[in-house]
Amino acid sequence: MSGASTAAGYDCRVAFADTLIALARADDRIVAVCNDSVGSSNLGGFREEFPERLINVGIAEQNMVGVAAGLANAGFIPFVSAASPFLTGRAMEQIKADIVYSGANVKLCGQSPGVSYGELGPTHHSIEDLAWMRALDNLPIVVPADPEQTRAAVLWAAAFDGPVFMRIGRHRVRSVSDGRDPAWTPGRAEVLLEGDDITIVAVGTMVEVALAAAEHLGRAGVHARVLNMASIHPLDRDAIIESARITGGIVTVEEAVPRGGLGGAVAELLAVEHPTRMRLLGTHAFAPTGNVDFLFEHFSLTPEGVARAAQDLMAAT
Amino acid sequence: MDRHDPPCTTTDEITDLALRIRIGSLQTIANAGLGHVGGDFSVSDILAVLYGGILRVDPSDPQWPDRDRFIMSKGHAAASLYTALALRGFLPESELATFAGPHSRLGGHPDRSKTPGVETNTGPLGHGLPVGVGMAIGARMKGATWRTYVIVGDGEMQEGSNWEAIMYAAHRGLDNLTLLVDRNRLQQGAGTEETNALDPLDAKLRAFGWDTTVLDGHDVGTLWDVLRQPVIPGTPRAIVAETVKGKGVSFMEGLAAWHHRVPTDEQVDQAIAELTGARS
Ligand SMILES: Cc1ncc(C[n+]2csc(CCOP(=O)(O)OP(=O)(O)O)c2C)c(N)n1
Ligand SMILES: [Mg+2]
Repeated sequence: MSGASTAAGYDCRVAFADTLIALARADDRIVAVCNDSVGSSNLGGFREEFPERLINVGIAEQNMVGVAAGLANAGFIPFVSAASPFLTGRAMEQIKADIVYSGANVKLCGQSPGVSYGELGPTHHSIEDLAWMRALDNLPIVVPADPEQTRAAVLWAAAFDGPVFMRIGRHRVRSVSDGRDPAWTPGRAEVLLEGDDITIVAVGTMVEVALAAAEHLGRAGVHARVLNMASIHPLDRDAIIESARITGGIVTVEEAVPRGGLGGAVAELLAVEHPTRMRLLGTHAFAPTGNVDFLFEHFSLTPEGVARAAQDLMAAT
Repeated sequence: MDRHDPPCTTTDEITDLALRIRIGSLQTIANAGLGHVGGDFSVSDILAVLYGGILRVDPSDPQWPDRDRFIMSKGHAAASLYTALALRGFLPESELATFAGPHSRLGGHPDRSKTPGVETNTGPLGHGLPVGVGMAIGARMKGATWRTYVIVGDGEMQEGSNWEAIMYAAHRGLDNLTLLVDRNRLQQGAGTEETNALDPLDAKLRAFGWDTTVLDGHDVGTLWDVLRQPVIPGTPRAIVAETVKGKGVSFMEGLAAWHHRVPTDEQVDQAIAELTGARS
């Protein structure tokens, strides 16, 4: 299998860090806020160049998010950068009350989301973050699929006046950006592959898995349509409804709990607008012990697993 | 002596146990290719005193209701905890080789549903002490005599949840609760004092109403003595154990990089030589 964690490809954290540094050079309102995560968030370069604009509060995530809200109040544009489980899970109420409800101009950057911490286990996996963030009123949720999209999303987030949540992947991923508009547009999905038999909607690391699944399906004579739904909120309603009209069944794939995540978002829309048979793929439960590739196999988040779910859905409809 | 009593009767035996915990953790980490050796080595002597000389537990009945409760709140030191549990008889020592492997009971962080002897799941920092406070209150409510021990990292003490628990434990007068701070002065990326200073940690704990002792966390005799002294009624006990991250291995001691670096085969050999050389 071609697991998304394999050595080839690029680490989106590098694109994130490089873009943040470029932004900071041009705009002295840009600051980084972190929790003893300079290394894991790849902020070493930022610290070197802007030592006084890196606010490392130590191991104290609730404080970290509150401090970011205060910095926003003072006119700064804080990028909070921390491992996603601790940023979202630990500081959930600060995110709700201080950032989203208060409308603070803070960019919440969840690093190493999904099961990217592998063997470190469910405490370190961040599979609930999409559902948690989606529950917050009108919070833009961005899950870039590759380094180019990461860069575009960071540039957009800095210019956007308001809170944003973005997931910054740790796995190495291939670029899926051929011919893409270089700017980030919230609420716009990319149709990476046209097809009329089945639709696969994917985010983040699962986009390249979905493309590989489509290849498998192609060999079986099935024409899959593949969407990169990097903007989970706002959702590209038109692209989803159109795909449902064209292909009938829809499979969603995410490195997250589908309940409330991408799968939930697509299912909620279609249930109201265009009832469609679906399969919601993701990391459904607390994981057993094992490394990332093992966990992708365990949750059938492999090209074969996704192709199987697609064929299963086609057989059922 | 009944089967619940801790196995060691001399400081020498505890020192040997600490050596075995270090070597076991090192091999476990090298074999798995991941782990947190620096924090395992700073805490090994404390674990040896607890499992060798203090904790009343029952490996044949891990859920024995009257057992002492122990929480490794700095759950990233899982390899040393698993080694201590194996040496105390909760797991076969051979199982350490499965650490972090597919479907292993020994994950990268402790999981009570998988590992006998683990009381609560840790890994996100700042969780163990509140749970320990609940255990201590529970013991009180039941009129039980077992004690609760919690080890936290010093960087972990930056989490506000700890201070909420510290305040409430004193308020409740939990003299059946002991907090051990692994004061190695390093966190993940840097020193604690340059990141978010904890000093004067002992004065802070005292101000919160805890009976606080600062000692050398590698001096097993002193630690063992202090833990066996009678408690001050109505007062929770804190021990600030001054330690060295990577203790016992020259190329690891005091270096933040060894927070989660994995030793090469040669480094494992050199480390074992240094550890055993210092003991003999
Ligand atoms: C809530 C939370 N935030 C961040 C982390 C990431 N993390 C793991 S270990 C560590 C450093 C811990 O330092 P310390 O408590 O001093 O432990 P030790 O030095 O004994 O290894 C950090 C920041 C975490 N596990 N949990
Ligand atoms: Mg420390």
